Amino acid sequence: MAIDPETVRKVAKLAHIRVPDDRLAPMAKELSAILQWIEQLAEVDTTDVEPMTSAVPLAMPMREDVVSEAGDREAILANAPRSLAGFFVVPKVVE
Amino acid sequence: MSDLTALTLARALDGLKAREFSSVEITTAHIAAIEAARPLNAFVLETPDKALAMAAASDERIASGSAGVLDGAPLGIKDLFCTKGVRSTAGSRILGEFMPAYESTVTANLWRDGAVMLGKLNMDEFAMGSSNETSAFGPVINPWRSRIANQALTPGGSSGGSASAVAADLVLGATATDTGGSIRQPAAFTGTVGIKPTYGRCSRWGVVAFASSLDQAGPLAKTVRDCAILLRSMSGHDAKDSTSLPEAVPDFPAFVGASVRGLRIGVPREYRVDGMPAEIEALWSRGMDWLRDAGCEIVDVSLPHTRYALPAYYIIAPAEASSNLARYDGMRYGLRVDGPTLNDVYELTRAQGFGEEVKRRVLIGAYVLSAGYYDAYYLKALKVRRRIADDFTQAFEKIDALLTPTVPSAAFGLGERSADPVSMYLNDIFTVTVNLAGLPAINVPGGLDENGLPLGLQLIGRALDEGTIFSLAEVLEQAAAFTAKPGRWW
Repeated sequence: MAIDPETVRKVAKLAHIRVPDDRLAPMAKELSAILQWIEQLAEVDTTDVEPMTSAVPLAMPMREDVVSEAGDREAILANAPRSLAGFFVVPKVVE
Repeated sequence: MSDLTALTLARALDGLKAREFSSVEITTAHIAAIEAARPLNAFVLETPDKALAMAAASDERIASGSAGVLDGAPLGIKDLFCTKGVRSTAGSRILGEFMPAYESTVTANLWRDGAVMLGKLNMDEFAMGSSNETSAFGPVINPWRSRIANQALTPGGSSGGSASAVAADLVLGATATDTGGSIRQPAAFTGTVGIKPTYGRCSRWGVVAFASSLDQAGPLAKTVRDCAILLRSMSGHDAKDSTSLPEAVPDFPAFVGASVRGLRIGVPREYRVDGMPAEIEALWSRGMDWLRDAGCEIVDVSLPHTRYALPAYYIIAPAEASSNLARYDGMRYGLRVDGPTLNDVYELTRAQGFGEEVKRRVLIGAYVLSAGYYDAYYLKALKVRRRIADDFTQAFEKIDALLTPTVPSAAFGLGERSADPVSMYLNDIFTVTVNLAGLPAINVPGGLDENGLPLGLQLIGRALDEGTIFSLAEVLEQAAAFTAKPGRWW
């Protein structure tokens, strides 16, 4: 299926990536080429096939519900673009 | 010892143990080689001071008789592995000067056994690429050059820095990762050995995530034995990775040199693709002869869904990537680009922080997961993945391993394929099936093409049967007697 520039704008919004207007059409062309190539999957008969959701069959391991590593605030904040008084500083979320 | 950088890892470990040379000496030799090889752009960060300090500590352990199995051996680390206090970028601008407060399990295992870190190796951004051209640090150059054209060639990707560094004798071995072929394809392009183990053999903890159900770490080194030595140290169950296999680690080096007599080797007819160079066909036939000479039986097999592996991969991997890369929001680490609203900050940060290929894949992923398309694309791809895995299961009822070419071409020129994403993706046609099925597979150099560039053979094994792969790989390695090295132009 070919996707149009408007769909690229919507998907970019979902993905939180700003795509400038002059890039919408070229990106739509690139993504359409990839999607058209992918479409050959429709040829495969997958009736009654279980989707494969992990590379090896493995039961989800369970652990005790206890704290394993206590948070080291300084280490956690060390890479923050902005922090203050032991907190991350983020843009205003609620007006 | 004239050139310590020319040694294999196995030989270097013997020399260190016998006190023929010290770790400081062999590490110093590698640091000098790295400085001289900067035109290859294999390293994104050199850590000579750390390397010399680790080497001195190794020498003390060797002197006191408390050395580990890798003690004193200088290695390179792909920049996808988080290393405590050492900048880790995944080849992306969005991680900026990210300084991990923790060590990945795989690298921690290597340091536990005494290895020395020379620095961090260049790679495609977030491991998304087959030519190293998507790196924020610029492409790695292949030390190999064609006899007929004086052109810069790709070392492959995404572990291009690891492959170039090993091929140019800058490191005794390197860590790498493989989501669709990112260990084996660069190994094939550089005449080196690289194994992607069974999914879950190496912990993914502390490895920057691309596509979690496909990502797997493994070694890239000069010989089959060297890979076996490294994989033994890198592997092991890790409670911090819920997909880590609770299996004991076999003594992989013990399989190198073991008899392969009586093993049945499958040759999948679907791997004869249109347009594959005759030289690769010929090498594949030679590989069959070499295994026959060693007492193996060659069996024709069919893996009927092979051609659907790449399209399925290019739904599953981007879908998982779009989810994994959602964490790069500019709030807690890495790049932040300011804007008038919170959404502007997110969108501008990700627009400036991600390169074009990463954006393409995140958008594809968001699209195939979006309402209305999930069943048609994502769910369909997961069902096709099952059929591909079933093909292997059925084949392995009759055979012990598969022999195929690793890549349908030799190394290509930088820029030759970057304009067309699909033609770049087709590079991984022989490697990607294995990631979908979770199986182990290795690249072994098989010879040079008519232009003097390396070509590789791939062996694929049953889940958890890396041992048989190592035995067979060593047979190919001995028979191919691949001793060529790239001429030093840098």
